[in-house]
Amino acid sequence: MSGLSSSSDAPVLVVDGMNVDIAVPAGALHAVSDVSFSVRPKETLCLVGESGCGKTITSLALMRLLPRTATLTARKIAFEGHDLAKISERAMARLRGYRIGMIFQDPMTSLNPVYTIGNQLEEVYLRHHRGASRKQARERAEYLLSRVGIINAGQRLGQFPHQLSGGLRQRMMIAMMLMCEPALIIADEPTTALDVTVQVQILQLLRGLQDEFNMAMILITHNLGVVARTADQVAVMYAGRVVEQGSAEDVFHNPAHPYTRGLLECMPKHGQAASMGRLGSIPGIVPSLVGNQRGCSFRNRCSLQMPTCHEGQIDLRPARGDHFYRCLLEPGATKPRPVSLGSAA
Amino acid sequence: MSTIVTRTAVSGAAPAGRSDDFDTLAPSPKALMRKRAKGHVGLIIGTTIIAVIVLMAVFAPLIAPYDPYAQDLSRRLIDPVWGAKGSWDNIFGTDALGRDVLSRLIYGARISLLVGFTAAVIAGIIGTALGILGGYYGGKVDAFVVYLINVKLALPVILVALSVSSISGGSIMALIILLGFLTWDRYAVVTRSMTQQMREREFIMSSKAAGASNSRILWREILPNLMNQVIIIASLDMALIILVEAALSFLGLGIRPPTPSWGLMVSEGRAVMFFKPYLIMIPGAAIFLLVIAINMAGDGIRDVTSPEGRG
Repeated sequence: MSGLSSSSDAPVLVVDGMNVDIAVPAGALHAVSDVSFSVRPKETLCLVGESGCGKTITSLALMRLLPRTATLTARKIAFEGHDLAKISERAMARLRGYRIGMIFQDPMTSLNPVYTIGNQLEEVYLRHHRGASRKQARERAEYLLSRVGIINAGQRLGQFPHQLSGGLRQRMMIAMMLMCEPALIIADEPTTALDVTVQVQILQLLRGLQDEFNMAMILITHNLGVVARTADQVAVMYAGRVVEQGSAEDVFHNPAHPYTRGLLECMPKHGQAASMGRLGSIPGIVPSLVGNQRGCSFRNRCSLQMPTCHEGQIDLRPARGDHFYRCLLEPGATKPRPVSLGSAA
Repeated sequence: MSTIVTRTAVSGAAPAGRSDDFDTLAPSPKALMRKRAKGHVGLIIGTTIIAVIVLMAVFAPLIAPYDPYAQDLSRRLIDPVWGAKGSWDNIFGTDALGRDVLSRLIYGARISLLVGFTAAVIAGIIGTALGILGGYYGGKVDAFVVYLINVKLALPVILVALSVSSISGGSIMALIILLGFLTWDRYAVVTRSMTQQMREREFIMSSKAAGASNSRILWREILPNLMNQVIIIASLDMALIILVEAALSFLGLGIRPPTPSWGLMVSEGRAVMFFKPYLIMIPGAAIFLLVIAINMAGDGIRDVTSPEGRG
């Protein structure tokens, strides 16, 4: 993986202290709280977590496509000299599809059924390249379709979305996103709706294209297999907060937070036979995010719960180098034993 | 498909030969539609009748045996060809002023179709624009659109048409605009609720993520997806407008004499309806035939384009 070799490059995107609150009848729902991360060119950051942990809201916030009831605040969301939290809607619309590309979960419904593939691809190009001819756009579309592994690209351009299979449509979406060579891709569960065999192909394709076009990628997934296959950096989210963050290697091999360990135990391992017993699971459900949060949001499901888990705010602190976690225990502790708070960063 | 794509997944180079994927062998939606259209009796009958009437209207000067305005008081109230004193000279007979009924009927088709079609288009533009705006933006915009729809629904169409056309005084243009402004509600109701569903669809979000502006999403992404339904409503609306135009003309507040309009012809036959009932029955039958043909064709289009749901 290219993560370490390219880490000297300046980050494409720096998110610092991002919060998203959604107005609900009961008050403010803190969908995303104090999320910070950065991504460099050619690097993949995986946002991992179970449903409702704020992964998708994070990605929509970066695109500024949040529902109207949501408010985004951040110290800074720096992208190519812009602060995405503050720039005008017009300026943001110019970046969407042009510098930031997004791929959605379900390719079956992400394409407009009334237009041909070619038409939809060309439209994106022409929108962001004033003065380009339709012929140039078509050539680019044809090149990219063949680049994402669609044979007979010229013929495919004249087809409608319903004439393609799911895997082809997701390739189509990837080609559409590449039309303007964005610096950053946000992929929200790009393989969840696809067959397992096709999933691997799509992930390989994305990695290959990322290197070729020098793009940074934020990959959102609940599938740890996908993470293991693609991630350079991992941010594990729980109840709207990042609970653990670091290189994929550190997070997978030395998980510091009890939640991350729980997630890893939920993952079937290679060669694990049915006779080896039940797959792990984490009891309980994600807590409500309405109102002010105190203490650790995972405490009610944590086997290592201590009285101090209920109090105050628990900050991200370093486990080792660039590896951070949000827990009062020592990294990877298996017994409930508080550490002295003086060592926190 | 998967085997072919696997080989080309990363390299991107297409292998020679093997141009046939089986997903391309599925019949195209247009072919399926054509197949369904061929088996739809109502659609065939409806479109045939409409086609005949449209051709009649277009080629009226060539088809009509007489000038529809030429009066000949020596040949008043001649029976149609099947009547006691009828002859092939005036197939549908003559009216009280000695004008040939068939010629007036042929020219009258022009008025009915012109008024029906143009007013339906005006109503369609107003109603669809309001419906899409309300459905997409929601909130205050939607509340305003719903308010307009409610106001419109509370208006008695015939009464308003009567009073306004009595003020504006029988020009065809004024009548068309008036009818257009009185029948847009159905378009608005349907497109508004369809836009509300469509707004949540993923392809809208994905085109936003590709940098599409709101106006692009409204008119280039959502509108084309609603066109089937809009066309179906337009057919029903056109039938309604033709009836209202006939009613207004009958009441003397639509098309003014001597212009040949079917509604006006019924009205003019009123005085002699007990002696010469054909003067009412022939234009009445023409109105009935056109309206039912448009309705049949509209139903047919719906069945053929969206057989799964009754749009």
